Amino acid sequence: MTAVTPPVSFVPKDFASDQEVRWCPGCGDYAILKATQKALAEVGATPDKTVFVSGIGCSSRFPYYLATYGFHTIHGRAPAVATGVKLARPDLDVWIATGDGDGLSIGGNHLLHVLRRNVDLQILLFNNEIYGLTKGQYSPTSHRGTRSPSSPHGTQEEPVSPAQFALGAGGRFVARAIDTQQKQLVEILKAAHAHRGTSFIEVFQNCVVYNDNVFATFTERAVAAEMQLWVAHGKPLLFANGTRGLRLKPGTLMLEAVTIGEEGITEADILIHDQTSKPLALMLAALQPPTMPVALGVLYCSPTACLPLAPAQGAIDPAALPQQIDAALHRGDTWTIESRADS
Amino acid sequence: MDQINPPVGSLQPRPTISRLPLESAVVRFAGDSGDGIQLIGNRFAIETAQSGNDLATFPDFPAEIRAPVGTTFGVSAFQINFGARLIKTSGDAPDVLVALNPAALKVELPNLKRGGTVIVDTGSFSERNLRKAGYAGNPLADSTLADGRTIEIDISRLTLEAVKPLGLSQHDALRCKNMWVLGLLYWMYGRERQSTIAWLGKRFASDPLVAEANVAALNAGHAYGETSEVAGDITGFSVAPAPLPPGTYRSVTGADALAWGLVVGAHLARLKLFFASYPITPASPVLHLLARQSELGVTTLQAEDEIAAVCAAIGASFAGALGVTSSSGPGMALKSEAISLAVAAELPLVILNTQRAGPSTGLPTKTEQSDLNQALYGRHGEAPLAVLAARSPADCFDVAVEAVRLAVRAMTPVIVLSDGYIGNATQAWQVPAVADLPAFPVRQETNPDGFSPYSRDPETLARPWAVPGTPGLAHRIGGIERDYETGNISYSPENHQRMSDVRAAKIARLAQAIPAQAVALGPDRGRLALVGWGSTFGPINRAVSLALERGDAVSHIHLRHLSPLPANLGELLAGFDRVLVVEGNNGQLRALLRSEYLLDAEGLNKMTGRPFTIDEVERAIRDRL
Repeated sequence: MTAVTPPVSFVPKDFASDQEVRWCPGCGDYAILKATQKALAEVGATPDKTVFVSGIGCSSRFPYYLATYGFHTIHGRAPAVATGVKLARPDLDVWIATGDGDGLSIGGNHLLHVLRRNVDLQILLFNNEIYGLTKGQYSPTSHRGTRSPSSPHGTQEEPVSPAQFALGAGGRFVARAIDTQQKQLVEILKAAHAHRGTSFIEVFQNCVVYNDNVFATFTERAVAAEMQLWVAHGKPLLFANGTRGLRLKPGTLMLEAVTIGEEGITEADILIHDQTSKPLALMLAALQPPTMPVALGVLYCSPTACLPLAPAQGAIDPAALPQQIDAALHRGDTWTIESRADS
Repeated sequence: MDQINPPVGSLQPRPTISRLPLESAVVRFAGDSGDGIQLIGNRFAIETAQSGNDLATFPDFPAEIRAPVGTTFGVSAFQINFGARLIKTSGDAPDVLVALNPAALKVELPNLKRGGTVIVDTGSFSERNLRKAGYAGNPLADSTLADGRTIEIDISRLTLEAVKPLGLSQHDALRCKNMWVLGLLYWMYGRERQSTIAWLGKRFASDPLVAEANVAALNAGHAYGETSEVAGDITGFSVAPAPLPPGTYRSVTGADALAWGLVVGAHLARLKLFFASYPITPASPVLHLLARQSELGVTTLQAEDEIAAVCAAIGASFAGALGVTSSSGPGMALKSEAISLAVAAELPLVILNTQRAGPSTGLPTKTEQSDLNQALYGRHGEAPLAVLAARSPADCFDVAVEAVRLAVRAMTPVIVLSDGYIGNATQAWQVPAVADLPAFPVRQETNPDGFSPYSRDPETLARPWAVPGTPGLAHRIGGIERDYETGNISYSPENHQRMSDVRAAKIARLAQAIPAQAVALGPDRGRLALVGWGSTFGPINRAVSLALERGDAVSHIHLRHLSPLPANLGELLAGFDRVLVVEGNNGQLRALLRSEYLLDAEGLNKMTGRPFTIDEVERAIRDRL
């Protein structure tokens, strides 16, 4: 999407459908819905030109609550359906709503390929580290040891990191946000919309029923400053109200959290965020509490050629099409049977 | 390419007094995968078509891409049936078998018609090749070939001699062996050489020496026939032109015809064609042809898997294009969840299944008709849709157009069944003029007044196609049951009953939009009807036509529409004392007809990976009359 600012003709509530929202009270999805409606209004989106495609799960009910075109499809397949929508109608603004189970378990293959193809659409992956709609089984992003009905002794599996997956799959826009931090979430959605190609946003979303407070180690107000590193292109990688920051550990290719003023460290030692650097993005995406803060914001944004490609020979002329098809049918060896004199 | 043409005089067909007139003939070329068998088969077919014969061909190649040279599993074959009459199949047993190595003889000899002719390249019958083919002794020296007529020619040596003046390496020179054989066969059946010579010039334009060598081999093979005829060693035949309707023809495989049918069907519906597929034998050629048609507005996607292919097609249909996907049995199984979504969402979608022998990987390059049940029933929930089957390579075009028509008429998925036999086989096809075909332009919804995404056309019961981007029609659809009136999510028990009923009624009502079932051959009622669907058309039709000539009371009924069935089918079948269902599975259509019409239908079934022969069907007729 090109970054233009048309006169705002729609307000957030124009993007709300008439359907009653049926998520659990207190679910993080409400906040994501609200932020999305706000972002759509602020980027000047038109409901009739906007399509939300989803798979299955709590997150995938998202399209029902937006007054745009919407398609609630089947488990894991939203990226494939959305690819078809976008390739058939390049003029439409296409969004995907998915979750950690939908996008990274049953639909991992499609998520990989939509990122690799760099189809021009936006993906919202709601990560709550649990299967909500099927009542609380562990998901592919659940941290090791998660107890759930299907893992009574705690999971023995290493979780997948959505942002690292997206970067590994060749995603050219990878961002992270938190459901309840509306201001940043809206800005990230707007940046995703402005990016041409696949934009991938991992939203840490709290499931109040099956996995409450799973992200509390970095989302609780008391620890937020210490544990959240909001990155901004061209700005130093600072957190803890500017008192701490990241630098390359001398002599290594590793990030290190340091305190300004300690051991002679000044702000000049802190790395500047370059959103076009994939190695930096990969290192930022890998940071984990408790030893490191969680990197949030636009970790990576580096546009390149995307699908759909502009047609090589311009628009098809419908009037000329029958003749063109006739010509194609006659290409190669043909022969003619004449009317026979004896018949 | 003047310099490589032989003197004009030698190209004129010589009047021969001894050509034996034939009504039809079956020739089978066989050799190693690397011998260029498919190439000469196709060239022979083109020259045969241009001489006015009707024809059908069947390429029969191994599943391995480059099997070890000289082995029986590396044998590639190409069969052609051509005649002065209309040709319905690629023929049962060949009249003439060309075997370019011992392995080809080993594999193909058992299929030769009793008393048929074998042409062998003795030059390839080395001890090593005989051993690789599994022969203990030399079949040319013992009684192996006692049954028919064997023409032994050292084709390898004669080819080397013919191209010797050009100074090619022995390896390159021997590669012209197939053209020598083609020249001989051209002489045997009185074919012209000019267009093949021109074609060779074009094909090897970048290497004139190779072009010249191939032409030299072609001419040498032809000259060999002329000389032998004088000596009385080889008989020449003549096959008169067939009574084909006048027009422009081309040769098409079933795969090509499906692809062209989709292009034309989408145009007749005034829709953009979006085709998404994942490579699978034997369905991939449809993707290959359509991938080259971007200038006709066709969009293709090679998806990451079968599921993504059907889902992308569904997405394209949601967005207002004609979504199509294509596969074979195993891939169809993967697509089935998404096909049910298209049933629920009530979106047009065409799904091609080029069937192969299963289950699982089965015999990927061999044919079968065993996915009928899968097409009819292979989905979760009550998920009715339309199912069509193509009867021949050329019929694939008409069936693809019909599939598009039904899909957009009823806003429904339509499964088209082809198979590995008609998918790869070729047939002469009369090329239609697109402007002469009846168009069925789709009306997509534009009116926001009183719009509901699930309101229905009272005649077809189809819901409106409201395409994203249309002002005022923004709506949400999905797999959760939708309210009959509004299309919003509904968990109401009564509503689910009503929606299930209307989905079934919508497909049943398509029976009003399809032609009544006609008898393909024979009387409208009587003692015995042979019923078939799909690629069994040729053998059934030919067998019934031979039985009718003998005076037997037998009819041939062939189904194109398998869901819904034609409205008059039950009544038609009730007019016969016995119904014999001929199909390449264990009785899937038979079970359907029995359950649908309480009819005591019998079955003639075959699961060998090969099509029925005419003879097999004829014997089944004789057993019942």
